[in-house]
Amino acid sequence: MGERSSIEQILNMFGYEFYVDPSRCIGCQSCVNACAECETHRGTPMIHVDFLDRTNTIATVPFVCMHCEDPTCAKVCPADAIKKTEDGVVQSSLKPRCIACSNCVLACPFGIPKMMTELEQMMKCDMCYDRTSEGKRPMCATVCPSQALAYVPREQIERLRREKPSNVFFFGKQKVTTKVFMMIPPERDALSVDVVDYMWEEKA
Amino acid sequence: MKLFQPESKRPLWKDEFSINRADEQYVSRRQFTKFLVLTSLGMFAGNVWILARSLFRKSPVYPEQNICRATDVPVGGVWLFRYPTEKDACILIRPDDQTYVAYSQKCTHLSCAVYYAPAKNRIECPCHEGYFSVKDGSVLQGPPPRPLPRVVLERRGDQLVAVGITIKEET
Repeated sequence: MGERSSIEQILNMFGYEFYVDPSRCIGCQSCVNACAECETHRGTPMIHVDFLDRTNTIATVPFVCMHCEDPTCAKVCPADAIKKTEDGVVQSSLKPRCIACSNCVLACPFGIPKMMTELEQMMKCDMCYDRTSEGKRPMCATVCPSQALAYVPREQIERLRREKPSNVFFFGKQKVTTKVFMMIPPERDALSVDVVDYMWEEKA
Repeated sequence: MKLFQPESKRPLWKDEFSINRADEQYVSRRQFTKFLVLTSLGMFAGNVWILARSLFRKSPVYPEQNICRATDVPVGGVWLFRYPTEKDACILIRPDDQTYVAYSQKCTHLSCAVYYAPAKNRIECPCHEGYFSVKDGSVLQGPPPRPLPRVVLERRGDQLVAVGITIKEET
């Protein structure tokens, strides 16, 4: 960023958006290692690459914080430790305030916050706030070889991808709108996640 | 980023402990004025209370206490005693034949025990080289901010009696 950036630019994250496409994830763990390189939390990755169904498929999916418009984690925090900034980024817990109660871990619909027991603090993805707030891309998106994690302008993703970006999720009746976009099939408008569908039970 | 926000209808604590950092840090002009007025009121009330206390304060009553006989202390010698309570160490000095003076032994700087130096005829504190006058306990040199509290002595026949303490303010 050569010229001085205006407030609008900063609040719009310089025109860049975060897009997650689980179907492109190859499970290489590059994002995990890149995340752990960051000097603000060196050695502790705040991104998680999980196997979807280990016995039947090798498919993996990267989990970054979706940065909800109405963050459940922050709302359930009894210590007022999780804050959302003006640009819509839900920050990781504040060390002096976090009491390691794990309320946010249980409450997040996406399962993002993780309790770091040895630090007695919750730590989660803050979209590399030290980088994105000054116009750089997040560590994970810079290293992702298949661009399952992409931090690009909206026009670019619409031009290059078949899938459609969506930031609306339904958890049963709860509607969650997020800052981070998920790439979904073009015929769908929102992603509906019914927890019952993912329970390991024999269906009659 | 809005610089001026209208007063919201929500309860105040929801703004004070908002999950949005901007709302949490925002202070309206009315809130700031309330803060100023209440703090000033608090300060004023505190000052009135201090004033009232100083007006109605009784001067402390000191007991009478026998220290020693005048002949117990040689010229240029000292006699240690405790007055007015067991926790207050004091020192009685006889710089010449007819003079007896007594001071609190606590240095007014950091409460080290002071001692009498007969060669220089002054009271010395060994910790930071604070020196006091034997005549009236005033500071001769060093860090002590106030003179030593003086124990008022009375001579009844051969007996030396402590009857009170005079504390001088900063000189």
